[in-house]
Amino acid sequence: MSEQDRGNTARLPPVTQVGMLSLAMIVAGGIYLSAHIPEHVSLTPAIVLLCGSALLLAGNLAALARVEGFPWRRFFEIARWALVAYLIIAGMIEYAFLRNNLSGGPLVVLTLSLVVFAVHVPVLISFTVARFADS
Amino acid sequence: MAHAAVSAPGVVGDGPLLALERPDFQIVPRAGLPIVAVVLALTIAGIAVNEEWPLTFLHVVGGAAWTVIDLFLGFVLGPIIGRMSIPARVEFTTRLMPKMVLIMPTVVTVTLAAGWQLATKLGNTHTSYALHGWIVASYIVVGIMAVIALGLLEPANIAVLVEMKKPRPNPEVIERLMKRFIYTAGATGLMQVATFVIMTKLASG
Repeated sequence: MSEQDRGNTARLPPVTQVGMLSLAMIVAGGIYLSAHIPEHVSLTPAIVLLCGSALLLAGNLAALARVEGFPWRRFFEIARWALVAYLIIAGMIEYAFLRNNLSGGPLVVLTLSLVVFAVHVPVLISFTVARFADS
Repeated sequence: MAHAAVSAPGVVGDGPLLALERPDFQIVPRAGLPIVAVVLALTIAGIAVNEEWPLTFLHVVGGAAWTVIDLFLGFVLGPIIGRMSIPARVEFTTRLMPKMVLIMPTVVTVTLAAGWQLATKLGNTHTSYALHGWIVASYIVVGIMAVIALGLLEPANIAVLVEMKKPRPNPEVIERLMKRFIYTAGATGLMQVATFVIMTKLASG
């Protein structure tokens, strides 16, 4: 890796690491709910995990927004198509929930989790591409 | 087919001293999109119909493809790619990776969506199911694989293709991203062994 690349990497926030932690929290919340439904289940752990994941997503975007000279054009070039792809995937998962008559609190928490998933994965893909935009 | 040049590692200056030919390619192969659309439509239809045979078919075929690709890529192709000459590696990568962009998300989505529907139909998601602990174990294994694949593998796949599309790609970036891709494919391949254990246990009761 060149000196310039090393410099670029050094001043970038840990978007991938934070993104993976956020995804892990979403997945953990999803596993927790899936392991209990259709029986009654306390939503508190899933809500805590969802809020934590959403905060990490917001933090990731805020940290990226502060990076001087970040190649946003390349970022959004990739992000828009990745977003389309992951919205389709999230839509299919949501359809499976609705098909099985999931409703109420668990449906709301899982739907919001899918929203965070469908936004954060494109962010990770676009970030990985954009960080090497000037390599 | 159009070709472009990739400079070899360590080459600096205005023009590459040693240039490698690479075939032209599409990052997302458009010809494959209708096939993906058909597969996803079949999955939606399978979930809507909610019959055991189509759901089992989609889950088993998707799961088999997912498992075999992960294992083959991580433990067979990965080491081979690592020992290839740079021109061969470049050509192989430009032909393999665009297909992976479409194949992996599709087989994963089909496997999980059909599997969830099948488990729900059979009552396997209920806590009263005798092997419910094994079902939850499968959620955990898939969850870990999903985080690795979505956070590391898929971004590396796209990024290496975008890098190779550039007029003058950086071989060091490609090398770094390919290593990440192969290592994460190996890690998910190892996790697939756990999937084998769980799924054979669930199938045999």
